[in-house]
Amino acid sequence: MNVHPETERIELSLLLEAVHLKYGYDFRNYSMAHLKRRIEHRLSLSGFASISMLQHAVLHDEAMFRIFLQDLSINVSEMFRDPSFYKALRDEILPMLGTYPSFKIWHAGCSAGQEVYSMAILLHEAGMRDRGQIYATDFNRAILKQAQEAAFPLAQLKDYTAKYQQAGGENSFADYYTANNKRALLRPFLKERIFFSEHNLVTDGVFGEMHLVVCRNVLIYFDRELQDRVVGLFVDSLCPGGFLCLGSKESLKFSRHADKFEPVREKEKIFRKRRDA
Amino acid sequence: MKRIFKAVVMGVSSGGLEALKTLVPVLRPDFGVPVLIVQHLSAQADSYLSTRLDEVSALLVKEAEDKEILQAGVVYVAPPDYHLLVEVDGSLTLSVDPKVNFSRPSVDVLFETASDAFADKLVGVILTGANQDGARGLARIKRRGGLAIVQSPDSAQADAMPRAALESTSVDHVLPLHEIAPFLNKLIGSSHDNTH
Repeated sequence: MNVHPETERIELSLLLEAVHLKYGYDFRNYSMAHLKRRIEHRLSLSGFASISMLQHAVLHDEAMFRIFLQDLSINVSEMFRDPSFYKALRDEILPMLGTYPSFKIWHAGCSAGQEVYSMAILLHEAGMRDRGQIYATDFNRAILKQAQEAAFPLAQLKDYTAKYQQAGGENSFADYYTANNKRALLRPFLKERIFFSEHNLVTDGVFGEMHLVVCRNVLIYFDRELQDRVVGLFVDSLCPGGFLCLGSKESLKFSRHADKFEPVREKEKIFRKRRDA
Repeated sequence: MKRIFKAVVMGVSSGGLEALKTLVPVLRPDFGVPVLIVQHLSAQADSYLSTRLDEVSALLVKEAEDKEILQAGVVYVAPPDYHLLVEVDGSLTLSVDPKVNFSRPSVDVLFETASDAFADKLVGVILTGANQDGARGLARIKRRGGLAIVQSPDSAQADAMPRAALESTSVDHVLPLHEIAPFLNKLIGSSHDNTH
């Protein structure tokens, strides 16, 4: 099919408007190039000839909307993704966090929980688990449910184990899960003190008085305006001196809030909220 | 009348470092549009490719950053393990979406989004590679009225990617590697004679 690009842009923006009006989910400030790819994928899977046809289906059939929501949810994640980041957390950030009598961590856009449980393992090994609360949020109800199960395909465990070791892990990673059929179930104690809840970075507000916010590879899906809003949300959610952790190719360089943070680990994208911010 | 272009996109896989080291340094120092490159690399690769290319090129070669605005005469290389997408406003987006054609970054992702952004003002170039990535993207560039260039398979270290591209669409120019940069220099011209 060869629709004129301008027509497609109109159709796309009408679809997002319709979804916002009908269901309250606001994708209007997402990266359009990204959305369009996801939507094209849905068109070809469901056999819709145009975005307008998808819009009709999404408006009139809530089941189709749920599928659409799944399509737009970013669910690519790994345990200990970017091991050098987790090594920096372990070696440098957790000791600082440990100076607080108690602390709160927010995983914003936690997906199926891979990074949340990586954090839980680090806290466990640092002997800090009892003093910390982890809040793990995502806008996608289905993926949150999956995260609470703490089960991952066995095939991925080899990679997770290697990354755990690269991140400075010295225990046997196999001690953290039991294998069951094709899945690895994380040991239940890792789930303690983790609270999963639905939260939408686009439309919902400030989340507690956090000491550390982890939001990796989420902002890249937003346009600059929405990135500013969300980083602003983190500014307001963090205590003075609190840490913000972004994905390895994300930065605050183009952000309106850049001056409210100072880098702690440049390469690992760990920032600290200035005390005067 | 001279055709006006707004960007050049390139896709390359195995044999890519050598090919890019031949091509990129020959681009004229006042090259009139941005150049975007997807080279397949392992997820663990560092910024070696852009650093190395930058050292031997007159143009600035850098790793593409999320949300940066494209500039004429700058060569942007997709970072390892991230897709590179072009927005309609000429800014860049990175993504960790699932692999496409077993690749992240994927040539198709760059080509298709750039084609949506620049339509007939886009040049797509497929170089050496041992897979099919980029064939779909090049076909979209052609459908949108852009210009398609493919490295001649017999001059490619790995010919599968050029061959797949040639099969996917009617390619405008099939050129040996060493002729591609001089051709682009003539086609695009300098930043001074581009008025966009």
